[in-house]
Amino acid sequence: MEFTPKSTLTQKLDAVDEFERTPIPANKLKGAGSFWGMYAGEHIAGTEFVIGPLFVAHGISAGDLVSGLLVGNLLAVLSWAFICAPIAIRRRLTLYYQLEKICGPRLTLIYNLVNALMFCFLAGAMIAVSATAVGIPFNMTMPALNDFYPNSIGWIIAVLIVGAATTVVAMFGYTQVARFANYAAPWMILMFIAAPVAVLPALGIHSFADFWPAAQQKIWTGIPLAGQSQFTFWHVMFFAWFCNLAMHIGMSDLSILRYARKWHYGFAPAAGMFFGHYLAWLASGILYALFLLESNQSMEFAPGPVAYRAAGLAGVVCVIVAGWTTANPTIYRAGLALQALMPRSKTWKVTMIIGLITTLAACFPALVMKLLDFVALYGLILMPMGAVIFADFWLLPKLGLKQDYAVWQQIVFSWPAALTWGVTLLICFLLPIELFFKALPGWFIAIGLYVSLSYVQQRVQVKELAGAKV
Amino acid sequence: MRTFLKLSSSIGLGLTVIPSFLIFAQTITWKTYLTLMTIGTLLWFLTAPFWMKEEN
Repeated sequence: MEFTPKSTLTQKLDAVDEFERTPIPANKLKGAGSFWGMYAGEHIAGTEFVIGPLFVAHGISAGDLVSGLLVGNLLAVLSWAFICAPIAIRRRLTLYYQLEKICGPRLTLIYNLVNALMFCFLAGAMIAVSATAVGIPFNMTMPALNDFYPNSIGWIIAVLIVGAATTVVAMFGYTQVARFANYAAPWMILMFIAAPVAVLPALGIHSFADFWPAAQQKIWTGIPLAGQSQFTFWHVMFFAWFCNLAMHIGMSDLSILRYARKWHYGFAPAAGMFFGHYLAWLASGILYALFLLESNQSMEFAPGPVAYRAAGLAGVVCVIVAGWTTANPTIYRAGLALQALMPRSKTWKVTMIIGLITTLAACFPALVMKLLDFVALYGLILMPMGAVIFADFWLLPKLGLKQDYAVWQQIVFSWPAALTWGVTLLICFLLPIELFFKALPGWFIAIGLYVSLSYVQQRVQVKELAGAKV
Repeated sequence: MRTFLKLSSSIGLGLTVIPSFLIFAQTITWKTYLTLMTIGTLLWFLTAPFWMKEEN
């Protein structure tokens, strides 16, 4: 069955395939509205049902959460606007083609594969989220916060069912799910408003004045659950900033913002950061806090029952839809990335392999319970290549070095870029600070490494060029 | 027909969110809240795809 994408999300993915190796022409540029709408919809997802509750589980205080989210989301928006967007509108190329021009096709292929692997695990977490909702009618034993391995046969069956359904749809009917995600987006935003409002009385909140004291005493208490580390303002701020690190500083959204008429459309992610992340993380945290209160601090961690308590069948549908509509395009993108390694294979076969890997990974509840760490790791791993693009675009010309070295010298593998990637990650892993904070110094390390290594690589050719001009 | 579908979808969204404020104000019962929210969800998903598809 052929893909006949017509939905907004699929059009965007197709846009990644359209003009893959040429700049976007002026007549294909888009107005601000499409970016604001897109970012608002894409940042209300299955992950929101996990992240908000995990903040509660890690004992964040109300004040630290509200202020940390405000600063962190603002920094994320500024990163999109000032780091990603200016390059996107100047070059108008996809991330992959931009990387290929700098690093060569072989290193870009490795980047694709790493990205695909990350997508698999993210999709796996979302399959697990949906499984917690599917298992409700069967009184399935839900996973607990400190679980690593599957805790019951019922859990494995639920995950396999959801994973198989998601994979089959990704293989044969991706277009329809992408369209369905667009239909669901406005409703999901309202669900994230409605569900927490409805349960506020159960938390002793009957008026606006009641909210803050209850928020401090019953919701975000500042006391972590057993076995969970203590979160502070800094954890929340850095997580909110870097949870989409791969997209802004990591430059993945070059592929999206290359369609922007003006650089300041880079502020459009604010819709996703504040309507999506900020609102949804507060909302899901409220729902989880009620669950903890009514279950006497149960260690069970399952978005499905939490949403069911707050909104009944509509809540269950919301969890299933949110998890599914996040998992599906993620599996699809992972399949596309993996197909670069197996170009002669049929797309459906590659997608099936991806779905299998993803579903097996989803059987391990740790994927959900450690989602914060995984998301932080995801961004950290891909960040150095975003730094390479940044340095190549802005810094190399100022230092008398050539941009797009791979194109200039017709190479397939850039050793400065590869070393930058590897050494930056090695240094980051050795840094004696928590995972959430490593990407910031890592970015500067990557910039410094790439500029220095590029100088070493290019000094001979640049001297020859300078000599020829004289 | 399109106007009817859009109106129905809007009602669906309204039934998704307004009952939560009514239950907060304790003017409806929990059962009524759940029922209205379920109806709102169904109304939205049964009507929105038809006019949103055309607009897309």
